[in-house]
Amino acid sequence: MIPEIGHFALILALALAILQGVLPMIGAHRNNVAMMSTARTAAVGQLVFVIISYACLTWAFLQSDFSVAYVANHSQLALPTMYKVAAVWGGHEGSVLLWILLLVGWTVAVGRYSRSLPDSFVARVISVLGLLSVGFLLFALLTSNPFDRLANPPADGADLNPLLQDPGMAIHPPMLYVGYVGFSVAFAFAIAAMISGKLDREWIRWTRPWTTMAWIFLTCGIALGSWWAYYELGWGGWWFWDPVENASFMPWLIGTALIHSLAVAEKRGLFKSWTLMLAIAAFSLSLLGTFLVRSGIIVSVHAFATDPSRGIFILSFLGIVVLSALLLFAWRAPSLDSDAGFSPNSRETFLLLNNVLLVVATIVVFYGTLAPLLYEVLDIGKISVGAPWFNKVFLLPMLPLVFLIGIGMHTTWRSHKGSLLTTRLLIPAIVSIVLGVLIPGVLYGRFGVMVSVGLIAALWVISTSIIEPLRSWRRAEGAARITPAVLGMSVAHMGVGFFILGVTMVSAFNVETDMAMRAGETVEVADHTFELRELREVQGPNYSAIEGVIDIRKDGDYVAEVRPQKRQYLVQKNWMTEAGIEVHWNKDLFIALGEQLGNDTWSVRIQYKPMIRFIWFGALVMALGGLIAVTDRRYRSTATGAETT
Amino acid sequence: MRPRQQRMLAVGLVVVGVAIATGLTLQAMKDSMMFFVSVTEVSEGKYPDNRNFRVGGLVKDGSVNREEGSLEMTFLVTDLRCDLPVSYTGVLPDLFREGQGVVAHGQLAADGVFIADEILAKHDENYMAPEVADSLAEHVGEQTASLADGSSECSPQ
Repeated sequence: MIPEIGHFALILALALAILQGVLPMIGAHRNNVAMMSTARTAAVGQLVFVIISYACLTWAFLQSDFSVAYVANHSQLALPTMYKVAAVWGGHEGSVLLWILLLVGWTVAVGRYSRSLPDSFVARVISVLGLLSVGFLLFALLTSNPFDRLANPPADGADLNPLLQDPGMAIHPPMLYVGYVGFSVAFAFAIAAMISGKLDREWIRWTRPWTTMAWIFLTCGIALGSWWAYYELGWGGWWFWDPVENASFMPWLIGTALIHSLAVAEKRGLFKSWTLMLAIAAFSLSLLGTFLVRSGIIVSVHAFATDPSRGIFILSFLGIVVLSALLLFAWRAPSLDSDAGFSPNSRETFLLLNNVLLVVATIVVFYGTLAPLLYEVLDIGKISVGAPWFNKVFLLPMLPLVFLIGIGMHTTWRSHKGSLLTTRLLIPAIVSIVLGVLIPGVLYGRFGVMVSVGLIAALWVISTSIIEPLRSWRRAEGAARITPAVLGMSVAHMGVGFFILGVTMVSAFNVETDMAMRAGETVEVADHTFELRELREVQGPNYSAIEGVIDIRKDGDYVAEVRPQKRQYLVQKNWMTEAGIEVHWNKDLFIALGEQLGNDTWSVRIQYKPMIRFIWFGALVMALGGLIAVTDRRYRSTATGAETT
Repeated sequence: MRPRQQRMLAVGLVVVGVAIATGLTLQAMKDSMMFFVSVTEVSEGKYPDNRNFRVGGLVKDGSVNREEGSLEMTFLVTDLRCDLPVSYTGVLPDLFREGQGVVAHGQLAADGVFIADEILAKHDENYMAPEVADSLAEHVGEQTASLADGSSECSPQ
């Protein structure tokens, strides 16, 4: 009964979504206040029904109602309660429902925090979001109904994929989805602006915190996914250039470009149509990501069970969304641009370069991700584009970008007075070059060109980002304080620096060895000794495992004990590697059990990962920077809001 | 700068950027992209010489062979028509098992043994890499001959 209520609520939500998509749009066109005012109400109503539907599915999981096919395939009686809740989005159907929930949630938030904008504009934004919701609700109801029943319910479920039974994995998808879906606000804004035929500075300012919020969630979501892959997949890598990772990374790159171009559009009224294009691209790439994951056309560790009808539906939806957006763009966007000029020596130029480089980077990732598909379609052969290709090619646009960050932050709008490399930037430049060249040799015993380039880049970005906050802090009481917007920018860029630092050090000084170890044996890797003290059997709630107990010592001093496990989950009979990781701020020691090679001998993978924590720390700092920027007062100002610089 | 110049500058930068990226991409692509070759194609000599490629199929039942206590191992990959001996040293992925789909990265040695430097098995029991599935589908029900046996149809060239 409960699952049927959930199904029915979803249908009602669809009805409201259609209302929300159609009425306000017509109302805005005819200037009919009554019709426009249905927008917010319809969105709230839709949210209520989607919540009911989502709650019903969650209830089915908690009750272990295996007559619901989706529950039977993704849960099990012995599954811990926390993972029963997380299992709701552990498969295809449920994650579509989650996507819808978040989309409608964003819509209601938009309705709530848009009082400063003209009614007709808000009505159009909400209407576009409603139309998107219609698409996803139809997708759920027609191809991926999570409430489908089984005629013969099994006594126990097939269990959640053991890889997903992990706290990091439980929050990774919702984070990522909030980010993906968040870009739909920028998209709806762009469409509404094009339909309205004008683009006020007020409107652009209103969009900025929304875009930044979406970007923050996407940043955290990607970082969480990377962290999870690192410790859970048992390989010790943090990024694999897997198609699905790329699918989340492309909207992130474009979203980053969008944040920067919105700044120019708001402050200077430039790049308006370009900004709209980026807003369309960011959301289209989010949709493309969904298509890649759900259709299974691309080989990926993330590929869920494939169903062609789903792929076709999403592809058609993607086609309709992108095509209509681009047509509207071609028709309306040219009339929106202003003719203000700027000097080549100005912040505008640097933000333009930022945008060009980020877009080139996105094109690189896009090409690498879809090349296998292209080759297959053109019948040239079956290829795979692996990490070496991406690592090489991706660096090309990113390296100049990183060096430009440091200068761009310190230039002024319109026309920068004086030379770009002032004394203010000279000190950071010298410091980063000296340290960048020396650190690898002095601390890690090996000089190298690429390490130094990476380190110089990282230190350059960090040191130039710190200048502004430092000056503000030193300034006398009562003098103009740094605004949250500028502080947020500085912090986010510092995060980029930390990230590059981590990536550089891990790539250069990572040590990885596979070896055969017997209980009682000791090996030495990267100046540490690892003693496999014993191997023993342990029992978990829904798995049994072999656990290795390993003592780590450095120069004879005891460092830590780690306990990597090899688990066998009882229902799916899968073997799973649970790595043992000893974490320090400047290094990780990563130990994973391979398989039994004979009596008491096991294959063991031992890795030394210098400064790998800086990768995720850097991403978190970036997100923190975004968060600080969002709190800036002028985003809360009303229609008459004050100008700030 | 005037708007028109601005636009020209923007377009120019984009074009230059894309051109450089494309050029370098194609350059990098040569040695970094890997072709997937089916076992039968290997037997027919249709594989890239002196460079890495990927080969995939099923791990043949009963073919996994490892010396006790050693990281070195050998097994046969089959596409249900031909078998290819593969040797590998290192830790295997969790889902590596006889009868399951597998993809190996590496090179073919002169003696016809594929020396793998990386072995991939997928995370989901039910999931098989599409190219592996394709290469298997072609030969379901056929007689299997081993490359190592030197039998007629699948003998190494």
